Amino acid sequence: MLAISVILYGILYNMPGGPLAPYLQNPHITPADIARLKHNLGMDQPVPIQYLKWLGHVLIGDFGYSTSNSEPVLQALLERLPATLELMGASLSVSILIGVGAGIISAVYRYSVLDYVITTGAFFGQAMPVFWFALMMQLAFAVHGIPLPGGYQIQLPSAGIASSDTFDLGDRLVHLILPAAVLSLLGIATYSRFMRSSLLEVLGTDYMRTAAAKGLSFRAILFKHGLKNALIPVVTVIALSLPGLLAGAIFTETIFAWPGMGRLFINALYQSDLALLMGYLLLVAFLVVFSNLLADVLYAWLDPRVKYD
Amino acid sequence: MSASSVPMGAGVIVEDDLHLSKVTFWRRLRRHKLAIMGIVVLTLMVLAAALAKQLAPFDPNAIDNVHWQGTPLPPCFQDAAQCGGHTLGTDEVGRDMLSRMLFGARVSLAVGLFAVIMELLIGSTLGAVAGYYGGWIDYALMRLTDVFLSIPLLPLLLVLTGIVAASSTKAALSFGVIVIIIGSLSWMPVARLVRASFLSLREREFAEAARAVGNNDGRIIFRHLLPNAIAPIVVQGTLDVANVILLESGLSYLGYGIQPPTASWGNMLANAQSNLSVAWWAAVFPGLCILVTALAINYIGDGLRDALDPNMG
Repeated sequence: MLAISVILYGILYNMPGGPLAPYLQNPHITPADIARLKHNLGMDQPVPIQYLKWLGHVLIGDFGYSTSNSEPVLQALLERLPATLELMGASLSVSILIGVGAGIISAVYRYSVLDYVITTGAFFGQAMPVFWFALMMQLAFAVHGIPLPGGYQIQLPSAGIASSDTFDLGDRLVHLILPAAVLSLLGIATYSRFMRSSLLEVLGTDYMRTAAAKGLSFRAILFKHGLKNALIPVVTVIALSLPGLLAGAIFTETIFAWPGMGRLFINALYQSDLALLMGYLLLVAFLVVFSNLLADVLYAWLDPRVKYD
Repeated sequence: MSASSVPMGAGVIVEDDLHLSKVTFWRRLRRHKLAIMGIVVLTLMVLAAALAKQLAPFDPNAIDNVHWQGTPLPPCFQDAAQCGGHTLGTDEVGRDMLSRMLFGARVSLAVGLFAVIMELLIGSTLGAVAGYYGGWIDYALMRLTDVFLSIPLLPLLLVLTGIVAASSTKAALSFGVIVIIIGSLSWMPVARLVRASFLSLREREFAEAARAVGNNDGRIIFRHLLPNAIAPIVVQGTLDVANVILLESGLSYLGYGIQPPTASWGNMLANAQSNLSVAWWAAVFPGLCILVTALAINYIGDGLRDALDPNMG
């Protein structure tokens, strides 16, 4: 984590313009003013000192001040966190349900038509550019609408998190459908492939044959012994896919005007808002380290054969 | 066979055993019908990109002043009277879609190819050194790999390209810069793969034999060990070409990749959202190219994996 912060600081420190760039353009501000500002902000001190000072602030939760939003970085990020969590939570649940389900069907009915449909679909899902899929969804469901028999039409909102400020669950859910569908595609594809190969491997093991030899029905074997073991590696894959989900959220939030952290990040990028970019990268890096740890812990907990020193 | 009982010349035989015979490889690959289809599709794409100059009906950057009146022209199959000879219509500033897609194929495919070559060079060198020497070198290099793996790729790429763009103009985001940035940040999986192969390869008899006859480390690593670790590298490299093409299109879509007027499939989509209701073709076709190419490459990678080692998963 510390090494990451050093690298990130190194990269961002070299960002040209820097936090004072907006002032440099202003004819009313003299070079002397700039020097004074630099001194006040501690920018005339050696880089390692600046880094340590910054690190000290980060450790107590002070990520600095966002120059584009005029609010503390942490506050800006935390304000957007619920929207991102809502979107990611919805996508994750959808991907796990559909992905794992499809993987099981695919493995149990191996080489059936259904299996081919699912594996082909998974390949498409992995090759699909997220932002293009989002555009196609907008084209189909928002611009044109899908006609239903009887003159009805499916028309879904494609921007924002809600129509008005007053909370309306139905409205929120309708706004969630398209972004969540787009964001969950990659997850569905990945999980179903892993679930399929993992379950196929388990189905071929000796203890499964033993269970079958004892006269248990296929259903009992599958659910009592098979799935339990096959899910172990899939859980790890799910934990490890969380950072990818965040990256996908950058596109999804930008295209669907979703007021989350991903869109905040893109806006910060457009405005060279150094402190905010840094805060976002650190938060996301923290999430990666955390999800790696979570994967390890889950693995050891689910599989008693695994022991860590 | 233990290392001590093997006569020196025998090492060469063991080394040969590791190479998969070419005949078996092609037979297995041919059985994988989807991979063959992928190869066909990709070959067509590469041909189209290579012959873009000859195939393109219009100059990809030229605005059709004769027909274009401020709104994108529709494809000919939709409205033959309005299309002005543009088979797949034009974009929002009146440039021919088909021609831009052909030239965009050059950019997208080349970024994929060169970034992966770079990633393989960095990844296999670091992985080979880590796996061959072991000890603190291995430890240091692998921790470095871990650190790079923990920084999420897409945001980091965006920040880096953003820095380059801010340091001069966005035009500084040339083809080479994009390739270098993507290539230098995606070597980690390759390094891990190569290291894992080297950990077992360096203990093999032929490595011992190569050392015994007095080869230096560099020669052993690159001439004797690396060729035997090639299978997983090839598979990973192939799949990564698709990943890089997807990444580049994403960066270009957000405005931090290949810069207009140079066409890439990603930046052709950059303005598609605001024109979605008037010009569906501007959004559909470039994305379809990305999807089909990535799909073809993924199937090839899948076929290669099965052909090189059926046990690899």
